[in-house]
Amino acid sequence: MRLDQKIIENWVKPNAHILDLGCGDGRLLEHLKNTKHITGYGLEISEAGILGCVNRGINVIEQNLDDGLKNFADQSFDTVIMSQVLQTMHYPDKVLAEMMRVGREAIVTFPNFGHWRARWHLAIGGKMPVSDLLPFEWFNTPNIHFCTFKDFEVLCKQLNYTIIDRQVAAEKAPGKWLHPLRPNLFGETAIYRIRGY
Amino acid sequence: MARLGYYLELSDHYMPEIASTTPTSVPMNSVGIVKPELIHFNQPFTLACGRTLDNFELMIETYGLLNSDKSNAVLICHALSGNQHAAGFYDGDNKPGWWDAYIGPGKAIDTNHLYVVALNNLGGCDGSTGPTSLNPEDNQPWGSRFPPVRVRDWVHSQARLADHLGIEQWAAVVGGSLGGMQAMRWALEYPARVRHCVVIASAMKLTAQNIAFNQTARQAIMADPQYTNGEYLKHNTLPESGLGVARMIGHITYLSDDGMGEKFGRQLRSGTFEQGTDEPVEFQIESYLRHQGRKFAKAFDANTYILMTRALDYFDLAREYNDNPVEAFKKAKCNFAVMAFDSDWRFAPERSHEIATALLHANKNVFYARIASPYGHDAFLVPGQPRYEALFSSYMRKVISSCA
Repeated sequence: MRLDQKIIENWVKPNAHILDLGCGDGRLLEHLKNTKHITGYGLEISEAGILGCVNRGINVIEQNLDDGLKNFADQSFDTVIMSQVLQTMHYPDKVLAEMMRVGREAIVTFPNFGHWRARWHLAIGGKMPVSDLLPFEWFNTPNIHFCTFKDFEVLCKQLNYTIIDRQVAAEKAPGKWLHPLRPNLFGETAIYRIRGY
Repeated sequence: MARLGYYLELSDHYMPEIASTTPTSVPMNSVGIVKPELIHFNQPFTLACGRTLDNFELMIETYGLLNSDKSNAVLICHALSGNQHAAGFYDGDNKPGWWDAYIGPGKAIDTNHLYVVALNNLGGCDGSTGPTSLNPEDNQPWGSRFPPVRVRDWVHSQARLADHLGIEQWAAVVGGSLGGMQAMRWALEYPARVRHCVVIASAMKLTAQNIAFNQTARQAIMADPQYTNGEYLKHNTLPESGLGVARMIGHITYLSDDGMGEKFGRQLRSGTFEQGTDEPVEFQIESYLRHQGRKFAKAFDANTYILMTRALDYFDLAREYNDNPVEAFKKAKCNFAVMAFDSDWRFAPERSHEIATALLHANKNVFYARIASPYGHDAFLVPGQPRYEALFSSYMRKVISSCA
């Protein structure tokens, strides 16, 4: 289980009704079902992901998040989760707005583009960062909208979203020890819990 | 795409032909040689239209073995022109049942584990009571006087069949197209009697365009002078040209533009466009459609075609639930699998997505997949589609694991 998913688990209330955007093969929902007795659905477009969900018996709807969530009713979920998918969206701000409409709160995780390795790649190497978390080259990456912790918080402020919780994860040294000091520099993954008011 | 050509050259039902009919040549993963069975129901049966049949008969086939607590039974609901012969071979026939690709040992609907029941619906023309049966009042064929039948009537008659077979609860009710409508109706009419509902290439109701195609098909039949107001059996005639055209209309809409283009394009079967000749020209697609129409018209009953298309038109899942599909599905207790095909414009994936959305708002367990396929609406019948097969099989394994 990825570190960010462990943190998500801590933030999810028992028996919550969850929508997982970009749920992959349903592993997170399955885990939350077992540990938190949640109910809910995943949205996914990858064939392998959907088959994985069906194999696991996880509810999944094939639906492209870039088309919005117009088939979902307002405030119909306790929590809408989007784990490591925001940076692949055409319009991250619109997706966030939809998450706020559909859920009472949202948990968003994304890779921190302000991480020192990313900065090093670009500043010294002069090349777009490639790392374990972001293993793609610039021309074939599904990740089209990168942001840093700071960028994300500026957007939340602009859209009048309240940040309820924020966690930074870094699994590798030295970020593992240093991220509490300078999260935007040493944090690999951001995990935010936000509310639309 | 080579496969499409292969199947288009075959029958209406995409049946792969095998070389010989002796039992030794029946493929290993086939349910083998099967025989239909006629079941009599002697209790009066009142239809949604208010009319009552004093008794009726259903022609059925079963595959696999019913387990001791009768928890592994799967009902297959057929679409417009289907029947009880869903899998296996009739003795002396080299064409398997219409869903043989997905029913059999080791197949998606695995007869090693499941007991499969298929039937010809009431109003059909393959042995069940319908327009070609005799009306007990005058011992003449019912013809067009056979009462109109709705999807719910089929579901209620299938429940009688379940009673007859001693099946308290279906492990799954499965259907494509019109069959999917029956599966959904089952979930609402008998919530306690269905554990899983598999709905493929279906819709909660037809669109105006869809009804329009059916109406055009019916008009083609009725405009045939041989139709004689639906009394052709009495007059020893058959509205073959009308039914043939009706089938051609249907057939066009069940395929995709791309699929048809790939197979036939503008190829000529005969004639030439060379200047200076007046040799008549025939496109391959013309000849193919005519062949399909003619073949179908010989094997199917025109009044049944009218009856089935009307049942399709009348179906509206949420009509009696304030037109609210969420309210309708709240009645259901089963889990749902919903699949659609991207090239299907007759039952577009959007219709299936609507089903999934309604189920989700009703808090039902559901998966929905939009499967890429060149085969249009008929895709649900066509073998050799890995993604469809994988999802279908995976879900049916869940069904099997729910059987005690």
